[in-house]
Amino acid sequence: MILLRLFWEFFKTGLFAVGGGMATLPFLYDMAEKTGWFTAAQLADMIAVSESTPGPIGVNMATYVGFHTAGIPGAVIATLGLITPEIIIILIIARVLQKFRQNKTVDAAFYGLRPCSVGLIAAAGLLVVKVAMFCFDKYEQSGVFIDLFNWKALILAAVLLILTRWVKPLKKLHPIFFILGSALIGVVFSF
Amino acid sequence: MKKLLQLFLAFARVGVMTFGGGYAMIPILEREIVDRHGWASNEELMDYYAVGQCTPGVIAVNTATFIGYKVAGTVGGIAATLGVVFPSLVIITVIAGVLTHFADIPQVKSAFAAIRVCVCVLIFNAVLKLWKGAVKDKGALVLFLLVFGLSIFLDISPVFYVLFCALAGILLTRWGVRSK
Repeated sequence: MILLRLFWEFFKTGLFAVGGGMATLPFLYDMAEKTGWFTAAQLADMIAVSESTPGPIGVNMATYVGFHTAGIPGAVIATLGLITPEIIIILIIARVLQKFRQNKTVDAAFYGLRPCSVGLIAAAGLLVVKVAMFCFDKYEQSGVFIDLFNWKALILAAVLLILTRWVKPLKKLHPIFFILGSALIGVVFSF
Repeated sequence: MKKLLQLFLAFARVGVMTFGGGYAMIPILEREIVDRHGWASNEELMDYYAVGQCTPGVIAVNTATFIGYKVAGTVGGIAATLGVVFPSLVIITVIAGVLTHFADIPQVKSAFAAIRVCVCVLIFNAVLKLWKGAVKDKGALVLFLLVFGLSIFLDISPVFYVLFCALAGILLTRWGVRSK
C-alpha cells in the first residue's frame, strides 16, 4: 500500500528534520535511495521547483515527491505525513508554554532566546544576500574584482531599500507588492 | 467555526505569499498576523521562531500551529497549519502535472533572481524591527553578536545556539545583567 508507506516515510522526515525546510533534504535523498520512488537527479529538479514556487520549501518538496510517487492522493498524504508530527509536538509545547509563560525562569530563557532568533534570522538573510547580490563563481573565473558584484541586483536592492524605508506612502504597502514588482523587473531586465 | 475559517484563510494567504522559504515569510507574517489580525505580537513571533528552530519540522508550519493554538485552541492549531500548506498542495500539483521543466524557464529564473533580492531587503527591514524588541541591553547584544557571528562562520545546528541562549538568558537574569 503505497499511500501508507508514503505517509510513514514523510512522518519520519517531519519527526526528525530539525531546523526548517532544508533540513528535510538528507531525509529525501535517503528516501530516494531506499524506496526507488524517484532518483537523486529527479530530486534535484524537485528542489529547484520547490524553491521557485510560493510556500515553505519543505512542504513544497513533500507535495512534489508525493505527487510524483502516487498522484494527487500521494501529494496530500505526503504533506499530511510531514506535518502530523510537528502539529502534535507544537500543540504540546504551546500548551505547556501557556501554563509556564509567567514563570520567572521561562521568561528569563526567552530573554536569551529573542536575540538568538534575531541573530539566526540575520545570518540566514546574509546567506540570501550572498546568493542574490554577488557572483563568486564569476569572480573566481575571471579574477576581476568588479565581476564579484551583481550590479543589477545591487541597484534593485538600493531602490527597494529606499522605497520600503523612506518613501512614506510606499512604506506602508504590503510586502507582496514589492515581491511581485521585483519579479516583473527581473523578467523585464533579465536578471 | 468562523474563527477557524479565518485562521485557515489567513494562513493560506501567508502560504501563497511566501516566496523563497522559511525566513522570507517573516515580513508577510508580521503584516498578516501582527498588523492585520492582531493575533500575536512581534515578541511572540520571535519566541515561536526560537522554539521552531529546535523542534522538528518546517518553521512556517510550526509558527502556524503556535498562532492557531493561541487563537482557537487545538482545532485552531490544526486549521492554521492546514491553511499554510494548502497553497503548496495546489500550486505544486498543478506545476508538477503540467510543467515538467518549470524551474528551467528563463523568465522564471529571472523573476526569482529578482525576488531573492527583494527578500533580502524585506528580511533586513524585519531584522531591524525585531532587533528593537529583542536587544534592549548589553547582555542581549552580546548574545545577538555571538549567534550572528558564529552562525556565519560555523556550520553548527541552530539547536545548540537556542539551547545555549536559553541557558544564558536564565543565568544573565540571575546575575542581574538584564536591565529591568
